[in-house]
Amino acid sequence: MTQPTAATREAIDDAYRREWAQVLATTVRVAGDLDIAEECVQEAFVSALAAWDADGVPANTGAWLTTVAKRKALDHLRRASTARSKLPLLIEPEVVDPEDEGDEVSVIPDDRLRLVFTCCHPALSPETQVALTLRLVCGLPTANIAQTFLVSESTMAARITRGKKKIQVARIPFVMPQPEDLEERLDAVLTVIHLFFTAGHTAASGNELVDREVVVRAIELGRQLTALMPGHPEAQGLLALMLLTDARRASRVDAEGELVLLAEQDRSLWDQDAITEGLALERGAMAQDRAAGRFALQAAIAGVHASAPSASMTDWPAIVSLYDQLLVVWPTPVVALNRAAAIAMADGPAAGLEALDDAASSPALRGYHYVPAARADLLRQLGRDAEAAEEYRQALLMVGNDVERRFLQRRLAEVTQF
Amino acid sequence: MAQYLFLIYSDPALEADMTPDDWNAMMQAHQEFAGKVTAGGGKILAGEALAPATTATTVRGQDTPSTTVTDGPFAETKETLGGFYLIESEDLDAAIGFARVLPVRAGGVEVRPVIDTSAG
Repeated sequence: MTQPTAATREAIDDAYRREWAQVLATTVRVAGDLDIAEECVQEAFVSALAAWDADGVPANTGAWLTTVAKRKALDHLRRASTARSKLPLLIEPEVVDPEDEGDEVSVIPDDRLRLVFTCCHPALSPETQVALTLRLVCGLPTANIAQTFLVSESTMAARITRGKKKIQVARIPFVMPQPEDLEERLDAVLTVIHLFFTAGHTAASGNELVDREVVVRAIELGRQLTALMPGHPEAQGLLALMLLTDARRASRVDAEGELVLLAEQDRSLWDQDAITEGLALERGAMAQDRAAGRFALQAAIAGVHASAPSASMTDWPAIVSLYDQLLVVWPTPVVALNRAAAIAMADGPAAGLEALDDAASSPALRGYHYVPAARADLLRQLGRDAEAAEEYRQALLMVGNDVERRFLQRRLAEVTQF
Repeated sequence: MAQYLFLIYSDPALEADMTPDDWNAMMQAHQEFAGKVTAGGGKILAGEALAPATTATTVRGQDTPSTTVTDGPFAETKETLGGFYLIESEDLDAAIGFARVLPVRAGGVEVRPVIDTSAG
C-alpha cells in the first residue's frame, strides 16, 4: 500500500473531526451495538485512505463514510446471523451503493437525536449521560470531556466504557422514546444539548473563545428536538436560548481575538436573523399557560438583551424579575450569581456585591473563576482597586480559556496602575 | 429477546402487618401483573415470593480455607429482598415498563440483565 497523499490525509482528518459522530449515529442504528458500530466506522475511515487516494476525495465525505460503515455493519450482522441465525430482524434492508454519492445523502439527521435519547436514558447516571453524549453524539475527544469535568482522562475513559457496557448488557434500545415517555426523558436531553452548546460557546481550553462547529451542531440538535416536539415550550426555549446567545458571536471577541463583555459589545454586529428567529421562539415558549421552565426563562433573559440597543438602555429590572423566577424553578448557585450581576446593573454595584456575596457562599462555586472575576469587576466600579486586584489574581489562578485569561490580565493591569 | 431478573425490595415491617385479605389482594395484583407482561410481549420465566430476610442464612468465604455461616441476609438494608421474577422482554425499556406496574409496597424493583451464556 502506498502512502496516502497529504490532500487525502487532510480530507480524512477533516472528515474525522466533522463527520465521525454523524456516521456513528447512523451506523449504530444499523448495527444495534455501539462497539460494533464504532469498529465499522473506524474501518470505513481506513477504507477511505486507499479509496480517496485512488479515486479522489468524494464531494460528500460524510455520505461516503456512512455508506461504507453501514455496509460493514450489515456484513457483520450477516456473519453473526449465519453463525447464530437469530439476528435477521435487526437488519435494515436498504443497502446504498457506495459509488452512488450524488446529491442523495444517506445520512438521516434523526439518527443523532435518537442516539442522544439513548445516551440520556434514565438507566444511566447523569454524569454518564453527559459523558456518553459528548463523546458519541458530539464526537468530542475523551481528553476534552475530561477537562470540562475536571477529571483525569483515564477516569473519563472508564466512565464512558462503563456506560457503553451498560447500554449493551442491559439492552438499552437505540430508539426514540414512546410519545408518552418523551416528556419524562426530555429534561436530560435538554440539559445535555445545552451543556454541549456551552462547551462550544466558551471552549474550556485552548486559544479560541468559541468552538464554532460544536455550537452549530448543538443548534442543529435543538432544531431537531423542536421538530420532534412541536410547540413544546422547553424545547423551543432551549433553541431560542442558543440562537439568541450565538447571535452575539461576532461581537464577543475584537479584531485581536480579545474578549469583549456584553456591555461593551458592538451590537450592530449581532446576527439579526438569529435574533428574529430566537425572539419568536422565546415568545412562543413564554406565552404558554403553564409556568415558564428554565430554558424558556433563560431565553427570555437573552431576549431582553437582544432587544436592547445598549447595555445602559437594557430593561435590567425585567431581567432581575426573570432571574427571580428562574431561581425558583432552577435554584442553582450559577443562577444566583447571574442574578447578582443583573442586580448590580439594575440597582448599582453595591447592591450587586451584596447579592453576589450571598450567592458565592455556596461551596459548589469554589474554584469557579467567574466568582472572583465578577466580584473584582464590581469592586473596580466602586473604586476599591486594591481589593479588585486581589480578586482578579484569584480569578487568574482558576481560568482555563486563554482569551478569558488575557481579559482578566488586562483588567488587573488597569486596577494596579497608578 | 433478553432476560432480566427483577429483584423486589420492600419494607418488611409493612408485610408483618398484612391481613389475610391484604395477602389475597397482593396475590391478585401479581396475577394481574402476569397478564400485563404477556400483553406487553414479555414472558415470565420464573417468579417466587421469599420468606422474610430474618430467616436468611449467609454462607461466605468459599474461596478461603474455611467458610463461615451467619444468620441474616448478605447485606442489611431497610428494604429487603422479598421476591423475584425472571422475565424475558425485548429490551430494557420494555423491562422497565413491566417493573413500573409491579405491585410493590414501600420499596422498589432492581432490574438486572441476565447474561446470555449460550451466545458465542
